[in-house]
Amino acid sequence: MGTDLPLFLYVALSAILFTIGGVGFMVRRNVLFSLLSIEVLLNAVNLSLVAFNRLRPQNHTGHVLTFFVIAAEAAEVAVGLAIVISLYRLKRTVRVDEADLLRN
Amino acid sequence: MNPHIPAQIFMSVAAAFAVFGALGAAFSKNPIRGAMGLLVLILSIAVMFLSLHAEFLAFIQLIVYAGAIVVLFLFVIMLLGPSATSPADKRGLLVRAFGGSLFALSAVGLIYLCANALWKTPIEVPAASETFGNVNSFGEELFSKAVVPFELSSALLMVAVIGAIAVARGRQPEDDAQGRAIAESKES
Repeated sequence: MGTDLPLFLYVALSAILFTIGGVGFMVRRNVLFSLLSIEVLLNAVNLSLVAFNRLRPQNHTGHVLTFFVIAAEAAEVAVGLAIVISLYRLKRTVRVDEADLLRN
Repeated sequence: MNPHIPAQIFMSVAAAFAVFGALGAAFSKNPIRGAMGLLVLILSIAVMFLSLHAEFLAFIQLIVYAGAIVVLFLFVIMLLGPSATSPADKRGLLVRAFGGSLFALSAVGLIYLCANALWKTPIEVPAASETFGNVNSFGEELFSKAVVPFELSSALLMVAVIGAIAVARGRQPEDDAQGRAIAESKES
């Protein structure tokens, strides 16, 4: 690979993806889309970690951190989707604002 | 001919696919389309990892995300059936739109500031060695500097699996008084 890699473009793309994920997380009410938006957010973070690690090719710190982010994300999705199923069985809905079992 | 031009075209196509996939994942109506958008995003991020010399991570991305997480999403969407799509609801739309646009505005401002700074000082990317990002060197670093977090992450995954089973199995109505109360309130 050359030394004129457009690193700036990777970071800009990561920022754009993070914005899309954040807005989606705030605006959507379907809990499935909230989880999908979190996935988009974490992918954006992974991309910027790997891109910045490319600036310091003598170690792999960013790669290792990305590896752990992926592991944590697998756990998060498993538990999150289990909560979605549990919510659906209790309330017959997948909307975040109807999950109010702890209110009273 | 500049040998980097094809790589840049490749990269731009992958970036366009990534943005397209992210928009689909966050804003489509049907959750199945959302999951497919996530799949497109994941594949293009894997392409980017390859172009950044992160071969091992690109494969992990494909195996764990495309192979496990998207499939898990699809299972749950199919389990929920038609009720996975919640009908459009205008309540609180103003508040949500305000929050979303505030986030988007601050993000665009930050991107602009960073882009301004980065354009002025171009960063020299050093040439990577042959072994950068392959399984050998990545594994060496993982198992020398990050052994403890690695073992802890296996514990995390174990706990997550047990917790997922416990949560998804749910509280049966006959289990205890609270379960019966919830079941009765559901029927009434």
